[in-house]
Amino acid sequence: MRSRMARSAFALASAGLLVVGIAGCSKQSTPEQDNTAQTNLKIVEQFPIGDNGAKLTPPDTSAAADPAGDGKATCPPLSIAMAGALTGADAALGINIKNGVQLAIDKHNKANPGCQVQLKPFDTEGDPQKATGIAPQIVDDPFTIGLVGPAFSGETKATGTVFDQAGLVATTASATNVALSENGWKTFFRGLGNDGAQGTAVANYLKNTLALKKVCVVDDSTDYGLGLATVVRTTLGATADSSCNIQVKKGDKDFSAAVTQLKGAAPEAIFYGGYYAEAAPLAQQLKDGGVTATFVSADGTKDPEFVKQGGEATKDALLSCPCSPAPADFAKEYTAAFGQEPGTYSTEGYDLGTIMLKGIDAGKITRPDLLEFVKTYDGQGIARKYQWTDKGELTTNLIWIYKVQ
Amino acid sequence: MIHQCADQVVCQAANINFNVDGLLNGFWQLTVDGLSWGAIYALVAVGYTLVFGVLRLINFAHSEIFMLGMFGAYFCLDYILGFSPSGNAYNKGVGLTILYLAIAMLFAMLVSGSAALGLEAVAYRPLRRRNARPLTFLITAIGMSFVLQEFVHFILPRIIPGYGGSNAQQPIILVQPKTQFTIFGASVSNVTIVIIASAMVLALLTDIAINRTKFGRGIRAVAQDSTTATLMGVSRERIIMTTFLIGGLLAGAAALLYTLKVPQGIIYSGGFLLGIKAFSAAVLGGIGNLRGALLGGLLLGVMENYGQAVFGTQWRDVVAFVLLVLVLLIRPTGILGESLGKARA
Repeated sequence: MRSRMARSAFALASAGLLVVGIAGCSKQSTPEQDNTAQTNLKIVEQFPIGDNGAKLTPPDTSAAADPAGDGKATCPPLSIAMAGALTGADAALGINIKNGVQLAIDKHNKANPGCQVQLKPFDTEGDPQKATGIAPQIVDDPFTIGLVGPAFSGETKATGTVFDQAGLVATTASATNVALSENGWKTFFRGLGNDGAQGTAVANYLKNTLALKKVCVVDDSTDYGLGLATVVRTTLGATADSSCNIQVKKGDKDFSAAVTQLKGAAPEAIFYGGYYAEAAPLAQQLKDGGVTATFVSADGTKDPEFVKQGGEATKDALLSCPCSPAPADFAKEYTAAFGQEPGTYSTEGYDLGTIMLKGIDAGKITRPDLLEFVKTYDGQGIARKYQWTDKGELTTNLIWIYKVQ
Repeated sequence: MIHQCADQVVCQAANINFNVDGLLNGFWQLTVDGLSWGAIYALVAVGYTLVFGVLRLINFAHSEIFMLGMFGAYFCLDYILGFSPSGNAYNKGVGLTILYLAIAMLFAMLVSGSAALGLEAVAYRPLRRRNARPLTFLITAIGMSFVLQEFVHFILPRIIPGYGGSNAQQPIILVQPKTQFTIFGASVSNVTIVIIASAMVLALLTDIAINRTKFGRGIRAVAQDSTTATLMGVSRERIIMTTFLIGGLLAGAAALLYTLKVPQGIIYSGGFLLGIKAFSAAVLGGIGNLRGALLGGLLLGVMENYGQAVFGTQWRDVVAFVLLVLVLLIRPTGILGESLGKARA
């Protein structure tokens, strides 16, 4: 018995050695050298579209509000809070926003020695429960007169009432759930188009601008994916082929049944409402299955991971996003300050921070005054024009189309 | 289908199709795809069933042994064989590809096998020494499952940069799925062939090992009556180790096959659902019964694929578990019933 164990252990060990031996040390040639195209694909901005799907000219950012102001502002010590995920799985988005606000404040403080504003970041990890615990801390700080955040829809929903009762202006750079503005909060301002606006715009773009006749709409059954896909289906009307309305599940990685169905339907485009983790394998399996329809998705998919995971199959995919790309000057300043390129929602964070700084410079140094200032604000930012309705939605929506190329 | 519904979103989420045509038209294709999933379930299910047979323990951490196997296979391709991750498929020719896959599979089996042995030594053996109650084992198994998942989620990225963490590994794709031949109108891809062929070989080898070798006889003896087996000179501890090792090796092999099918699936949470399915497969076939696990795996894979054609893709998991409940209502001991000890050779 013992000798047999020893023998099998020896066999295993030699198998292991064999593995290393065969491997040698040579690095394999990359797939590119095997006659497959190099994956230098990136998600690149194309142009903004309006609610009716028509191409718009990018906003003129030369007239954008400058946080530096005239350099003569004076104010007591004040702070602007920022709340969002700064650690954890979704930290990248929170950090993008925080850095955007930070850049605006740095520029302001440098130009205005008489008015030093501090940024107070709060890490919610994107978790509504954590955010609920953090919201009172933000509200109880007498120096804090404005908030950029919370970042995500769930945490915004959980904390909106707290900020409303405290009269603290809360501008979100990224929470896009439609229902958030229906709560009657007086302090809620959304710095970008919501999911409904995005769904309408992208569906109209497919139907009117690209003049597609047949689109299949797939969703991942989540609040976000299904909500977005529902708007797209409704707006597309007859263009959305009801024979290929497919629902998958978040977490699925094998879409063979869906691919078979989509192949049979032979649409011109496939809209996917969901996140990159599922979109990447879906795009790849569609390509492997010989489906040539244009892959269209939205902000949940607009992440570098989509291209990393999906490779060549993601080429020419269209992605819509209410988030604006960074103008060149901004990108340069941002990269110099933080050592990384601006990401999704960095421009929104910068603009919202700038708006509050403008208020402070104009002498609005109490919470009610600043709230009133934001409510009546009307001005151009680097991402878009900011003017809000009574509910806190933007008066004009601007949805950007990005393309993997 | 048209629904009258006040809340459109909720209504659509509850949308259930009844598309029998889809099943009839795609019957053979669905069967082939289902078999390739079933083969993977079957290999993982063996690990559950053997351990249950010998220890009466449901080793819930087995799904994480499988997950570690995926990372093992990935590590082998990345570090040892030198493939750099990319979303695109490599094309090395048939011979070399099979060789690389075989090496990666061996490595994944080594990783999973040693992880299973380690798990047994760290978590279960101390409990056995103290004669812990069965419930303690079960809780320990669930706990170890979390420990291993969170290890890969949070600690592995610090040990090997670029591994683990919240996102799936950037895929290394060796086999570009391509249709090789069609059978009854169903296209059979190279990935399917590799999966089904390797799974058949491994299942056969396992069956022989359990039913024809001295070790296998030991395993069956301990499963049947561990006290008597010990009196007859069988080392219970060694048999238990062997059992975990076999389960781990098969999970590792299954892990490589799974990454062929789902290159983007290498993530800390990637074993969880598959593990539950494999466990269901083991129960379906009759837990404790080796051939039951193999049959249960294949059956579950095929049936859930039929189910998703009829009811819609999002109902796939529901179909699998409803099937399990239905079978257990009629045959509480599973399809083949019996236990490992009594299984006929």
